[in-house]
Amino acid sequence: MSNNTAQKQPELVQLLTPEGELRRHPDYPIDISAEEMRGLYRDLVLVRRVDTEAVALQRQGELGLWASLLGQEAAQIGSGRALRPGDMAFPSYREHGVAWCRGIRPRQLLSMFRGVSNGGWDPHEYGFHLYSIVIASQTLHATGYAMGVQRDGALGADGTAVICYFGDGATSQGDTSEAFNFAAVNNAPVVFFCQNNQWAISEPPERQARVPLYRRAAGFGFPGVRIDGNDVLASLAVTRAALQHAREGQGPMLIEAFTYRMGAHTTNDDPSRYRVSAELEEWRSKDPIERVRTHLTNEGIADDAFFAEVDAEAESIGERVRRECRELPDPDPLDIFHEVYAEPNGHIDRQRADFADYLASFEDADAEGVR
Amino acid sequence: MDKRGVQEFRLPDVGEGLVDAEILQWYVRPGDAVEVNQMICEIETAKAAVELPSPYAGTVHELLVEAGSTVDVGTPIITVDVGGGGEAAPAAQARQETEEREKPLVGYGEKAAATRRRPRRRRVPDAAPSGRRPAGPAATGPTAPADPAPEYRAARPGPAAPNGGTRAVLAKPPVRKLAKDLGVDLHEVTPTGSGGVVTRDDVRRYATAAAPSEPARPQAAPADEPAGTPASANGGAALREERIPVKGVRKHTAAAMVNSAFTAPHVTEFLQVDVTKTMEAVRKLRDRPEFSETKVSPLLLVARALLTAVRRNPQINASWDEAAQEIVVKRYVNLGIAAATERGLVVPNIKDADTKPLPELARGIQALTETARAGRTAPEDMSGGTITITNVGVFGVDAGTPIINPGEAAILAFGQIRDLPWVHEGALAVRKVTTLSISFDHRLVDGELGSKVLCDVGTMLEDPEAIALAWG
Repeated sequence: MSNNTAQKQPELVQLLTPEGELRRHPDYPIDISAEEMRGLYRDLVLVRRVDTEAVALQRQGELGLWASLLGQEAAQIGSGRALRPGDMAFPSYREHGVAWCRGIRPRQLLSMFRGVSNGGWDPHEYGFHLYSIVIASQTLHATGYAMGVQRDGALGADGTAVICYFGDGATSQGDTSEAFNFAAVNNAPVVFFCQNNQWAISEPPERQARVPLYRRAAGFGFPGVRIDGNDVLASLAVTRAALQHAREGQGPMLIEAFTYRMGAHTTNDDPSRYRVSAELEEWRSKDPIERVRTHLTNEGIADDAFFAEVDAEAESIGERVRRECRELPDPDPLDIFHEVYAEPNGHIDRQRADFADYLASFEDADAEGVR
Repeated sequence: MDKRGVQEFRLPDVGEGLVDAEILQWYVRPGDAVEVNQMICEIETAKAAVELPSPYAGTVHELLVEAGSTVDVGTPIITVDVGGGGEAAPAAQARQETEEREKPLVGYGEKAAATRRRPRRRRVPDAAPSGRRPAGPAATGPTAPADPAPEYRAARPGPAAPNGGTRAVLAKPPVRKLAKDLGVDLHEVTPTGSGGVVTRDDVRRYATAAAPSEPARPQAAPADEPAGTPASANGGAALREERIPVKGVRKHTAAAMVNSAFTAPHVTEFLQVDVTKTMEAVRKLRDRPEFSETKVSPLLLVARALLTAVRRNPQINASWDEAAQEIVVKRYVNLGIAAATERGLVVPNIKDADTKPLPELARGIQALTETARAGRTAPEDMSGGTITITNVGVFGVDAGTPIINPGEAAILAFGQIRDLPWVHEGALAVRKVTTLSISFDHRLVDGELGSKVLCDVGTMLEDPEAIALAWG
């Protein structure tokens, strides 16, 4: 069956080829300055470096888990940079690149994976919701939020748009279909951004769907488009257009970013058990960063000094992430009781007192028990 | 976090909730310089084989765990001298320091923490069950039986004082049974388990240590044991059986075999074949320049014969899709070769073996078996097989009833080649003879097809030159 799918692989929107050549697209024009191009390159390199460091920290016992974004930098940075400050993003758990664009610092991301925070940031402050581990649950949250935006009357050319990130695996969840339908029926200002990284843990796309994912939107009554998810410019231009479409009250849109998860699903996973290395090699030639670098070089808009500077910055960020991760303070064990109800609650107070007693029952409790 | 001197790195839990891992190999040796994040070793857990990056930059001081051994999460595996002032603390000292309780790192999971249970303050038993005592300096006093948090003996190896029988011994029922069977009084055993629990190993260790010097404790001897059993027999019971944890390749093999044997109805057929001409062909091939660098064995010709038989009988190269209720006939052949290795049975396969010319097939088989013996077979090389050959002849036997590799329809076993009296061209002669056997999944392969494939392979091996053209 996979052969069939491969033969019927539809056209995708691509503005920057793997060889670094710029291509015009009639529907998605892009006007980008040299400064912006260099900025995108810097984003891509730095988030990859943060990601690499996080994987190493997990292997050294500093993080409980990490979901690597390796290979998906362009899809995330392009769409993340298309967002305006007032927009709201609902991520899955791999959107470290989008988080970066929203101004969330790596140590905030790491705090959840280290288990010292239940979230890591204030979603309202950054316009970036907390990571959702439960697959596809955020599609409904995003749709609900978008319907709220609509009811607040915050639409228009300068209005608010919502973007929801999920993976190919999430499209097999009922939540996604419900979200698509609610968003369509209510004309909600939400962009569904699906990173099809070809592997839902160990399940390939042909075991997820009979038709290309972007075409699913048509059945619900809204537009869908497939983009080259390794092309940061396609991701930027198409997301920008879809967000504008949404914020102007024209309803939802589905973007399928066709990309590839170069690493494991998470640090718990061993992809060599279910996929062949030839596939990895093929996608390596479509690397999202390499093509931008080639373009910058060929067009003469960046020189060796620039690349060296970005590399040096990446190294220093890697070191900083390592240091900050180890310095993350452990939370007060009693904090969990504060975060259940906004107002005092007798039952929770009793549990808190019991637990405080328990902690104080250790001989060394004064040293480090209750703070 | 300014760390100086000798730092140790403890085995982290690289998955969620793993308790141990095997060190497959070290990439560094004592004295080597290492950078932060430089890969220092490869480990295999129940979930994956992964490489571990060094958290320190410096010089490798000591490898604390040998390659090939399985260690618990939290065990120090390497020390690195990070220099930077002060004389390097000896590793022993570094280890001793970490004996003291420190915050478990995130990825070390619960197990590491649980082995160092924090001592609790003693409490005076409280009459009012709901009463809550402010946690102040703890009152001292005898531990009451009703104490909800009894104080356990520190779980530290060493000469912990035997209990003297006044306190209940902590042990799980199977361990109590073992102790009873071995005639061991649990009160005498020094516990090493978490929270002062006597473990199976503690009992065995005690039994083994006690056996040569002490007579068996008659009152504790099993009732059905004849009186006057020599002490050594009693203590030796621990040595009469060895319990080997089922894991890694063994576990995988067991699951695959059970799955196959009890899912696919197996039929096995046998055929004796005169392979004298095949042996001649092997000799001739060895002299050909294209095989000068490659090992040519009869297995190569068996493989080629099977590939040709598959081309003529594609249905044998198929799998049963229970969920879809479909038979999947493969138009490619990923030829599995079963290999006995130190780590157990592995069945790597040669992808698209049917498209490979003979020299390439020979190189493929050689590379695959060498990789397998070195224990370096990648998981992807073991998946996706479509039909398999197992060379039982190397063990010096004639034939077997092989179990099909799960997901395939047939497996061909190739026995040893022996000089046997054989009727050749109407007269008795001494010929090179082997036995081929094929097991097939009767759900999708009937006796007719299975026999046809087996005969086809046999015919080709009896007269390899006649079909030499087909060998490409």
